[in-house]
Amino acid sequence: MSRAATELAGDRLEDDELYLGLYRRMLLIRGFEDLVQSLFLQGEVYGTTHLYSGQEAVATGVASVLDERDRGCATYRGHGHALALGVDPQKLLDEMLGRATGINGGRAGSMNVNSPADRLIGCFGIVGGSIAAATGVALALKRVGGVAVAYFGDGAVNQGYFFECLNFCQVLRLPVVLVCENNGYGEYTPFEVVTAGPIRARAEAMDVPAQTVDGMSVWEVRAAAARAVAHARAGAGPAFVEAITYRFVGHSRSDPGRYRPEGELDRWRQRDPILVLRGRLQSEGVDSELLDGIDRDVARELEEMRDRGLAAPWPEPSRSPEFA
Amino acid sequence: MTGELTMPRLSDSMEQATITRWLKSPGEPFARGEALAEIDTDKATVVYEAEFDGVLGSILVPEGGTARLGEPIATVGGDVSATRSAVAETRHTAGGAHRIDFRTAIREALDEELARDDRVIFFGEDVAMAGGVFAVTPGLYETYGGERVFDTPISELALAGAAFGSAVSGLRPVVEIMFGDFLTLAMDSIVNQASKYWFLTQEQVPVPIVFRSVVGAGGRFGAIHSQMPASWLLGVPGIKIVCPATPADAKGLLKAAIRDDNPVLFFEHKRLYGVEGDVDGEVVPLGTAKVVREGDDITIVTAMKGVHDAVAAADALAGDGISAEVVDLRTLRPLDRETLVASVEKTSRLVVVEEGPITGGWAGEVLAVVVEDALGSLDDAWRIATADGPIPYSPPLEDAFLPGPERIADEIRMRRR
Repeated sequence: MSRAATELAGDRLEDDELYLGLYRRMLLIRGFEDLVQSLFLQGEVYGTTHLYSGQEAVATGVASVLDERDRGCATYRGHGHALALGVDPQKLLDEMLGRATGINGGRAGSMNVNSPADRLIGCFGIVGGSIAAATGVALALKRVGGVAVAYFGDGAVNQGYFFECLNFCQVLRLPVVLVCENNGYGEYTPFEVVTAGPIRARAEAMDVPAQTVDGMSVWEVRAAAARAVAHARAGAGPAFVEAITYRFVGHSRSDPGRYRPEGELDRWRQRDPILVLRGRLQSEGVDSELLDGIDRDVARELEEMRDRGLAAPWPEPSRSPEFA
Repeated sequence: MTGELTMPRLSDSMEQATITRWLKSPGEPFARGEALAEIDTDKATVVYEAEFDGVLGSILVPEGGTARLGEPIATVGGDVSATRSAVAETRHTAGGAHRIDFRTAIREALDEELARDDRVIFFGEDVAMAGGVFAVTPGLYETYGGERVFDTPISELALAGAAFGSAVSGLRPVVEIMFGDFLTLAMDSIVNQASKYWFLTQEQVPVPIVFRSVVGAGGRFGAIHSQMPASWLLGVPGIKIVCPATPADAKGLLKAAIRDDNPVLFFEHKRLYGVEGDVDGEVVPLGTAKVVREGDDITIVTAMKGVHDAVAAADALAGDGISAEVVDLRTLRPLDRETLVASVEKTSRLVVVEEGPITGGWAGEVLAVVVEDALGSLDDAWRIATADGPIPYSPPLEDAFLPGPERIADEIRMRRR
């Protein structure tokens, strides 16, 4: 908290080593999504996927301030949150490929991944579902000083879940951090068209402290998340963070994103969170060679992951249990 | 707990102490951890907190009086007429057999499970301070405190979501969704979160939730506070559906539901709350039907209020020389196929009595099971359910709408001709 605060005030990142780690994590998420996309096009990943490309700074920045007691609840666009929280990328990829070695044995697929051991309660396939889950997780974590983080998009703020849970968390003073990733579009629709008033005003109306931050800057996300987590952990109830971001791909695999105005994607690509962090690190004197080395390492890891994933065994149907 | 309170050891060196103030009056219930009295020792004035739940009887050492360590200072238990003592009273008797109504059976189960397991929490709309809109849960908040028993906003989505999230994080929530009709609002979290998670985590993370809900018609509550939601959820793998008919089953099944490691929908028929019966406190396993009346000529399979109607019908039929067996399903999902099939193999005739629309109801599922497993034994099989229409409000309309003992007996007589 104090470090995050000085970081905002000062001109330098508080810890280059830390940020090199975040840089690596963001590269991994981007590379993972590119790999999933390419495997999808080859027919190796099934159904649909919702990629996190462009939003990496949000999951990475928030996860960087969480501790062992905390838990995250994410959405069907959840690969980035899973990787940011520390889910093994090989196991996550194997899950996409439907293999027995997947993080959920091939049962969950892209949209429903969970890994409680990695603090990821789950990714929830219904808009707003992550907020519901985090509400209850916070109810339990209150006993141990933990904080539950709900990640959701701008589209979720018009769901009943959002209003009910925000109020529920506030009156019960539950330790929840609500992270709204405003990427400008609810599925194919610009959020302003379907959302009355500013998003953060909804939290402010319930006296929930709210911040709006540049979701393309991992250090700004980190600082805002640190303040929000401190508020929640202190027993003061929920805190709200709206991160302004952008997805570099369509809503899902079946969406080419043609509804976006000409030039919008290109403008946002100039604010690519990975390039933004790279530029910042370079300006602080981090050697470009070092950064290039990380780029090469991650690319090689992903290449190996791809090969191992495609060679992994399929699950046995007989191992699905009977349900009551 | 009955007996007496003795002067506690409040400091290492104390031999006697003076009671400066009693914080409870005779007849007042107290919960473990609640302050009973202020006591002056040789070192300081300390608050004496109860070590168990009980009701204060007579005060033996008045304010200003002194007692030696271990000497009795008050009695515990005795006759208490105040309604607030309901929980404490319950706990005096819960161990042995006793006669109580259905409503009290539910409260006893909740009380005993809250006492037994610190992970159990209970929340819903008006369940804590007010004690429930059907007066089922008074006293629990007073006994267990607001961290474990609490009121919520009128927000069924949030309630169900909070139940799911807390269940997968180590608690064992019991949630009251006031009327079963409101389950539609909670459905997403039940169907898409709670019922799936055990599977999606490869049986690593259980989801121990009980959703309690008041269901059923006959209360003049109209179309949207009288429905039977069981069939809406019958086709959702991963949840269990419990439908008790008697106080003993209400208590025994609710205890089993709270101890179950995955989601259970627990339905309480609003017309049964006043029904009395003997309760011994035994846990009743989920998924077991019960033959509540033996017979040879026909099997009547039913649940909840239908059990009482079927027994009344069986009594009437006995006068006509027809011996009807009544099977109380008690749990609709999973169905106890064995008990069903064994009964039909004996009687070779089956009528399923369901309170709920005939199309898509659970009665059809019972018929399907019997056809699959006992077709060769079957001479007749049919359903008695409600018409495919919403439940009317007006008493004559609602009474005509519901299958009662007369209709059950009449149809059985007619089909035998």
